[in-house]
Amino acid sequence: MNIDSIRNGIVIDHISAGKGMKLVSLLELDRDDVSVAIIKNVHSQKMGKKDIIKIDADIPVNLDVIGYVDPDATVNVIKDGVLVEKKTIERPKILTGVIRCKNPRCITTTEQELKHVFCLRDDGYRCMYCETKAE
Amino acid sequence: MRSVIDVLDLSVEEIDELIETAEDIIADPDKYAHVCDRKKLATLFFEPSTRTRMSFEAAMYELGGHVISMSEANSSSAAKGESVADTVKTVSNYVDIIAMRHPKEGAALVAANNASIPVINAGDGGHCHPTQTLADLLTIHREKKHFDNLTIGFCGDLKFGRTVHSLCGAMARYPGSKFVLISPEELKLPSYVKRNVLDPAGIQYTQTTDLEDSMENLDILYMTRVQRERFFNEEDYLRLKDRYILTAEKMKKAPESMIVMHPLPRVNEISVAVDDDPRACYFKQVLNGKYMRMALIMKLLKEAGRL
Repeated sequence: MNIDSIRNGIVIDHISAGKGMKLVSLLELDRDDVSVAIIKNVHSQKMGKKDIIKIDADIPVNLDVIGYVDPDATVNVIKDGVLVEKKTIERPKILTGVIRCKNPRCITTTEQELKHVFCLRDDGYRCMYCETKAE
Repeated sequence: MRSVIDVLDLSVEEIDELIETAEDIIADPDKYAHVCDRKKLATLFFEPSTRTRMSFEAAMYELGGHVISMSEANSSSAAKGESVADTVKTVSNYVDIIAMRHPKEGAALVAANNASIPVINAGDGGHCHPTQTLADLLTIHREKKHFDNLTIGFCGDLKFGRTVHSLCGAMARYPGSKFVLISPEELKLPSYVKRNVLDPAGIQYTQTTDLEDSMENLDILYMTRVQRERFFNEEDYLRLKDRYILTAEKMKKAPESMIVMHPLPRVNEISVAVDDDPRACYFKQVLNGKYMRMALIMKLLKEAGRL
């Protein structure tokens, strides 16, 4: 399968197979008016299979979202067809406004405009307010 | 601004310091009768409470301070839809310190993040209730004289029981603590409490559904109420509420040195006949709670530069 190389934009590579769509959704790329190629289950020597996302525009991308979904993914910034920057991805210690707390008893369900904040603990992400684990 | 949301916000040394202050208050209450002259406490209670609110208010009065109280959400701007953040920003202009209870988990943290004065969490849903734990700790200290190497049986609702989670966390910091977790299957201690609190501290614990067989090895039996307000399903509540009832007959099997604690209010999980047993300490906890709240109010006001 061939996808044309992009001239100016971002390539999110080495995404664990199956996580590409979730990443597109959380990065809200499906809402932006930009060309996005989602390539699923690409053969990879290192990973077996992987997903790739190519964004044909130099738009800001929330690296915390990528770190949350797949900290092993890589982010390459392309300008004039040349790789100009590789961004380091880490699991964010604090995740703000990306996922929502599902605990109906949590203050986030009633408090006006309160951002949903999750903290990275030993067993994954937990709501900063009620300690409920992120699904 | 220093607030107390969780008992673990206080170090072991700070808890020792609070206990020392509380003991000094007990020994010489007159010494503290004017410490908070002209200072004001707001008790913001968005859900019903008798002992916690009155305890905070009594504590402030005994320190010579004043109290402004909101005792139910229906009579406040919360009924009009005002947020917790806006409420505490407003109240911060009137008083020196806030004690707040709210049915939603995490509400106290929202309050602390928005107030310009110290906030004490007086219970946020099933999440934390640090001053109850301080009352529990003073009671253990007064009755047992030490915190190390104690075996505590927690009985009843260990799933939603915030006092259990808080006391587990507090006691896990002392060497040699052992826990016996006595509950129905449906109300077992959540796995995240075991994983995040008990396991890292290397706490030995056993889980059982049997109260009577567990009692002989306990230093402390901590009974809890199955709380109707934590259930979405009334049927589940009715099925589980009378599972454990501590009677005078059952107390015959308990060691002479074992104390019985309960955060109160009780419904029927401890028979009234047990009240006369010298090992029953739950009404002492109530009194100890007031002293620890006095100590905590003073500490936070001092740290905020308001004393």
